[in-house]
Parts: sequence; structure tokens; C-alpha cells
Amino acid sequence: MLKRKREESSKREHNPYRRRVLFFLLLGWGLLLLGDRVSELRVYQGALIAIYALAIGSLILLTGYSGQLSLGQGAFMAIGAYAAALTQIYLQPPLIVTFIAAVVVAALFGAIIGGGAARLSGPYLAGTTLALALGLPTLANLFSFLGGETGLYFDVGIAPERFGAEFTLYKWFFWIAALATLIMLFFIQNILKSRYGRAWKAGRANAAAAQLVGLHVGRRKVLAFTISAGVAGLAGALLGMVSLVAPSTFTLSLSFAIITGAVLAGLTSLTGSILGGLVLVIIPEIAEMVSGNFGESEAVTANIPGLITSLLLILTVLFTPNGPAEQWHHHKEKKKQRAL
Amino acid sequence: MTLKVERLVVEHGAIRAIDGISFEVAEGSLAAVIGSNGAGKTTLLRTLSGLKDAKLGKVSWMGRDITGMKPEDLVRRGLAHVSEGKSVIPELTVKENLALGGLWRNNKTELAQSIEEVVEIFPRLGERMSQRADTLSGGERQMLAIGRAHVSKPSLLLLDEPSLGLAPLVVEQIFQTIAMLCRDRGITVLLVEQNALGALAIADKGIIINLGKVVAQGDAKELIDDPALRSAYLGY
Amino acid sequence: MQQVINVFLIGISIGSIYALMSLALVLVWRSTRVVNFAQAGQAIVTTYVAWEVVNRSGSFLMAFILAVAIGGLIGGLVESGMMRTLFKHASDGPVAAVAPVIATLGLLGVIRALVGLIWTNEGKRFESPVSTAGFVIGDTTLPFSRLNLLIICTAAIVMIVFSILFQRTNLGLALRAAAYNPEIARLSGVKVSMTRTIGWVFAGAAGAVAGILVSSNDTLNPYSLDVLFVFGFVAAVVGGLESLVGAVVGGLVLGVGLSFITFYLGTSLVFPTAFIVLVIVLLVRPSGIFGVKGARSA
Ligand SMILES: Nc1ncnc2c1ncn2[C@@H]1O[C@H](COP(=O)(O)OP(=O)(O)OP(=O)(O)O)[C@@H](O)[C@H]1O
Ligand SMILES: [Mg+2]
Repeated sequence: MLKRKREESSKREHNPYRRRVLFFLLLGWGLLLLGDRVSELRVYQGALIAIYALAIGSLILLTGYSGQLSLGQGAFMAIGAYAAALTQIYLQPPLIVTFIAAVVVAALFGAIIGGGAARLSGPYLAGTTLALALGLPTLANLFSFLGGETGLYFDVGIAPERFGAEFTLYKWFFWIAALATLIMLFFIQNILKSRYGRAWKAGRANAAAAQLVGLHVGRRKVLAFTISAGVAGLAGALLGMVSLVAPSTFTLSLSFAIITGAVLAGLTSLTGSILGGLVLVIIPEIAEMVSGNFGESEAVTANIPGLITSLLLILTVLFTPNGPAEQWHHHKEKKKQRAL
Repeated sequence: MTLKVERLVVEHGAIRAIDGISFEVAEGSLAAVIGSNGAGKTTLLRTLSGLKDAKLGKVSWMGRDITGMKPEDLVRRGLAHVSEGKSVIPELTVKENLALGGLWRNNKTELAQSIEEVVEIFPRLGERMSQRADTLSGGERQMLAIGRAHVSKPSLLLLDEPSLGLAPLVVEQIFQTIAMLCRDRGITVLLVEQNALGALAIADKGIIINLGKVVAQGDAKELIDDPALRSAYLGY
Repeated sequence: MQQVINVFLIGISIGSIYALMSLALVLVWRSTRVVNFAQAGQAIVTTYVAWEVVNRSGSFLMAFILAVAIGGLIGGLVESGMMRTLFKHASDGPVAAVAPVIATLGLLGVIRALVGLIWTNEGKRFESPVSTAGFVIGDTTLPFSRLNLLIICTAAIVMIVFSILFQRTNLGLALRAAAYNPEIARLSGVKVSMTRTIGWVFAGAAGAVAGILVSSNDTLNPYSLDVLFVFGFVAAVVGGLESLVGAVVGGLVLGVGLSFITFYLGTSLVFPTAFIVLVIVLLVRPSGIFGVKGARSA
């Protein structure tokens, strides 16, 4: 999994940043002192890619493998972020504990909501989770310890000294995010390959048939929802780490962005989630280039990314109903068959 | 001027439900299609009325090729299909169900007239005009379904197991009505039935199908008396 | 006592707007078995158009009529352009199952972006066509204003028009038949592909009315109708998603309920309450107040 991620990024990243991934693992931070050709912005974007990939992975886990579409991943991310920030603020435990808290609390909420959601299908679940995504962040204004609109600051501290003085805060963020994402994706992959994962797939393909062979579709759906929420919670904590734990971070747009990434990734392949994260980060870049041609008005820069992602979303779902990745697979297989 | 089905093939995915069926029904006559469960009778009717696409073959009615035409257009050419089960909309009232059949003609006086005719044929419906269809009994629903088809003024009527789940007395009444529609009003009828004896008794022609193929067709009276068919397909 | 009546009337006013959005969602659901997540997005476009017309001509009536017409047009175009293509390509893959949700969400995004490009994301003040000062009885000023009255009357007119249309006309019968049982409708000669489009057209028009009414005397931006959508959805679910009457009643009940909560418990509890109502209805009585049992898994 780790290797695959590296291959992914080496294939798709055009900046020398991926080389540093290898160098860091091979030679340690000593080499980093030699040259720092990548801007802080790129490091920050690297962290974002990892975080988005993790959030997309949580949705793929849910939709691709259990047939449920949640529009509320952003809400679970918010729960995770607040859980992590509050744990950090009030208990100041080791860093890892705050992340565990994020996963556990978000999963707990996921289990509660999943208990109801398992009975819903299609648009009902979508609408309910949409209400959740829109409504949950407003709770921050209700309880003062949640910090209202300004939110909370999830402080993970600076990198340990042994990483060297050149090791910037954003680099530290990146390593935390990348590591957490890789471990989590590895974990999800294992679940999906397990008996449970196959059971979920069976549940999605045909609820009645799965019931016949003794699979508890309802219970598995709740489980899928729970794990997915937990993973999303971790992604939320990471996002809170690089930005702010506030309602403005966990907007509806975030939930929609995650869905876009997941759909573009194909909803079936977990490796696609990294690609999805990449797309989400790259599109604003492209949009910036595009909007440059239109004059740099604020309306243009603010809306071109949304336009591009939404158009991609529609085209994907209209013309490659099983996701671009699978479509391509299909295409290749047909070619092979013809060749035979 | 007949209903003509030529080498019709219809598939549900991998299942070939109709496997090369050919037959003709003369105008103004009543033909009964008999076959056991899964023989392909419903599929046949659904293909004729345009709900299902044929894979191969041709259907023509009154000398025109109607293969692949949509149901809503076929209604305008005088074809009415009472589908399997009680073919009514339970959420609508009896009157609305009947009016539905006449919607496409968009003519209020003609509609009122047709509805009156239906009430003449099935007086029980007349007393229940403003009741929702889901309050009707099974037999009344079947009457309503046939009534709705009648309101659309068909020249070709396709009926899918109208006797299903009805008491013998009601079955008899329905069969007599069907025969009457054919004899008195000149409607060509294709009647799909499990109840072979009852259907063949009122039919001019019998078509026996099994596993998507025609195994016998001919004069209804002769089919009833054929001992080989009796034991193999008619089951009495 | 007087206060209770006031809060109730305000609730009816806001509830009738929810009812219109809920009606729009139900119309689409009945015609194509799709929840249109872009319903509020479509309404955003028409509301901006209305804002533009009011600013240029000063005529609220003209703005209203134009917005409703454009709302219907957009609804029809979305159905015949996007949704039809979607159903044609539909297969049974994992995406296909949730494809309508994704497609309408995508549409919502496109609409927002386009609206932002044309009118910028900055909030626009949508002036109320009538006075927002409360009625004065004796020497007390009520919170209930002319605008509230206008909202209630407009919504009531729209609902009456719809109810005549659905209950008394041939088109209405065709629409209902196609909604309940497309196959029997087709066998009766109803052009179901046309009734689907018409359902979307009506929904677009109803949504346009809701958009204008909710934005009057308020700020308009590309995201300002999200909340309307969610409350419309909750109202539709409360009403059973199948029933037009249910949609209206659901909207009114929700509006009144939330009005009381706002007044006695504060604004911040409105959303949590709506969400809890939604979840409870879905769990306890999944077919809604007016729904038929077993209709939920479609
Ligand atoms: N929608 C469908 N999908 C797949 N297979 C189908 C479908 N409808 C019918 N079949 C198959 O086609 C064959 C013919 O079915 P059909 O319903 O036409 O039979 P029938 O003669 O009407 O039976 P019955 O008397 O029980 O109504 C059966 O094997 C059935 O399983
Ligand atoms: Mg049958």
C-alpha cells in the first residue's frame, strides 16, 4: 500500500516533491537540509491531498461497498475534528491519543446515525445526511466550549527536534497527514478484502439474496456506516490540524467536494481515492490558470473551481455510470477479448 | 384485417421467453392463448401491446406493422391491454380509473357515453363510482380493469388471465362479458388463460403454448376434444 | 395568548414557503422517483432573475411572473436534457444506484457557480414588495406584517391552482395516473415521458415562487436557499413524499413548529429540531403522515 501510494504520486505529480518522499524514507532528514526546492504551498497541498484521500476513502468504503450514499461526511469530519481539539485542549495527551479520540467519537456518532440510516435507502439517506451536514456545524454556536464561529485551535505542536531545524510546521503536518492516511487506507483495504467487505458487497448487489445466505444486511450497513464515520472523523481531525476547527471548515461544500472526489475516483477502488484527493487539490489550481484568462475578478476565481468539479461530476455520472476507472477497465477487457 | 404474429422472439436477458411464435387471429374473433405457468403468455401480450421489445419477428394489426410501437401510440390505434393482476390504479376512484381509458380522446361527451356503457355491462361499478379503487373486491377490480379498456374503445382487446383469483360464479360472468364484447361489438379478443376449459368454451380459436413455443393451434372446439393435448397441456 | 397567535401566524407564513418547496420536491419525486437536490439551485436562478427585474423595472409582479415562467422552463430542460440521458445510460453499477442524487448535486454546483459568475457571490438585498412593518391593532404592533400576509396569500393561490389542476383536469388525472402506476397509465394512452417533464416544469415553477417569497426582505447569495431546501425536504418526508396534500401539511406543521421553537427557545435550536424531527419520522413512521406503507424503499 505504501509502495503503491508512492507509485501513484510519482506517476501523477509533476513537481520534484515525490523524490523527497523517497529520499526522506531512504536517507532521513539529513538530505532535506541539502535543498528545499519545493515551496511551503506544495507541502501544504500534499497534506491536503492526503486528507482528502482519506475522506474520500471513507465515502468509498460506504458507498462503493455498501451502496449507501452519505452527503454528510463533512459532519463526521467535524465531529472528529472537535473531538480531537477538545481532547487536546483539556487533556493534552500524546498526539496519537487525540487522533484516536477523533476516530472513536466520530464512529460513535456514526453508529447512532447508522442505526437509523440502515433502514433508509437512496434519496432518504442522502437527504437526511444532507440535513446533518448543514445542521451539525450550527451546533458550534450553541455550546460555548465549542468556540462558536471562530472555532477551536487544534494544536499538534511543532515537529520533534530530532527532525532538524529546517523541518517546517507544514512539513510536520504533511507527515502526520500522510502517515495517518496511509495507515488508515491500509486498514480499510484489509477490511474490504475480508469476509466483512465481501458481505457488504453482497448486501449492495442484492439485499434479498444476501439475506437468504444468512447475511445480516442491516447490521452490516450499520457497521459500514460506523467505520466510515470513524475514518471520516480522522480525516476531519487532520483537516482541523492544517486549518481551523470551526464551522467554516466543515461546510456543505466540503461534503460535496468529497463526493465529487469519490465519484471521479470511481467509488469502487480505494487506490482511486488518492487520485480523487489529487484532483480536488489540482482543480482549484487549474481554475486559477483558467480564471487568469478572464481577468482576476473575485467572482471568477471563487466560482470556476466549483464549475469545473460540478461539470465533471455530471459528465462522469451521465456517461460512465460505474466511474471512469471501471469504465476504462471494461474498455481494456473488451479490447483483450477482441484480440483473442 | 387480422392480428398477425410472425416468428416472434422475445428475451428477458438470457431467458428466451418467446421462442419463434407465429399465429393469426381473424378480425372480430376470439382467440384463447393457453399455457402453464412460465409458458410465456404474459410476455407475449406485453410484447403485443408495446410494453416489451421483441428481439426478432413481426407483429401486424389491420395490415400495418406495429412491431416496436409504444403502448401509448397503440392505444390510439385501437389496441387495449388489460395486464396481469387487477389492472387498476388503487389510489384513483372508480370513475377516474374509467376516465383514464378515455383521456387520449379528449372528448367529454364520448367519455360520458362510454362510461355509461360500462355501467350497463357492470352495474356494480355504477354504484361505486366515487369510491377509491382499492376499496373494491377482486372481482370488481377485474371488471373495472376491463371497463377501463372498454372506455378506450378498442378494436383489439388483450386480456391477461382475467379469471385469476376469482370465484367460479364471477369467472363465468366475466367470460360471458368477454364473449359478448366480441360477438356484439365486434372487438377482436386475445384472451390469455390458465382456465383452459372456460376460455376455449367461448373462443373461436385456441393457441396452446409451452416454453415459448406454439405446440398446437386451431379450432377451439377441436382442441378441447383432443385427448393428447388434454393430458399434456390442458390438464383435465 | 395574543403572542401565541402571533407566533402561529408567523409560522404559517414561513411554513407556506416550506410547503411550496416541499411541493416541488414531491412533484419531481412522483413523476420520476428522484429527489431533486438541485431544486433550490433552480430557484436561486429564478430569484436572481426576479431581483434583476425588480431592480431594473421596479415591477415586482413582472419579476414574479417571469421568474415562475423561467423556473418551469429550467425544470423542463433539466428533465429532458439531463435526467433522460441519465436514465438511458443507467446500469446497475455502484454509482448507478445513487446516480440521480449525484447528478442533481452536480447540477446544483454548476448552477451556483454560474450564478456566482454572473452576479458575484456577494449578498444582494432583495427588497420586500410590500411593507414589512407589523400590523397595528389598537396600540400594539404585531410582528405579523403585510409581507407575511402576501406570502400566505401567494402560497395559498399556488396551492389552489395546483389542487384544481390535479383534481379537476385531464392533465391532472394523467399526471396522477403516471405517478401511481406508469405502466397502466401508458396502457391507457398517457404519454408518460411527457408527464415526467411536466412534473419537473411544475416543480420548477413552485420552487421559483418559494425562492422569491423566502428571499423577500432578505439577502440573496448563491447559497442562501440551502436551508429552504433542507426544510422543504423535511416537510416532504413528514408528508410522506408521495402526497401533495402531505407536502403542504408537512410544510405548515414544520413552519409553525419551528416558529415556536425560534420564539421560545432561540434560533440555534431550529436546525437540530428539524433534524431530529426528520430522523424520528423516518424511523417511527417512515411513510410519513400521509404515506402508504411500504412506499419507502422505492
Ligand atoms: N421481467 C422478467 N425478467 C426475467 N425473466 C422474466 C421476466 N418476466 C418473465 N420472465 C421469464 O419469462 C418466462 C415467461 O414468463 P411469463 O410471465 O411470460 O409466463 P406466463 O405464461 O405469463 O406465466 P403465468 O401463467 O405464471 O403468468 C418465465 O420463465 C419467466 O421466468
Ligand atoms: Mg402470466
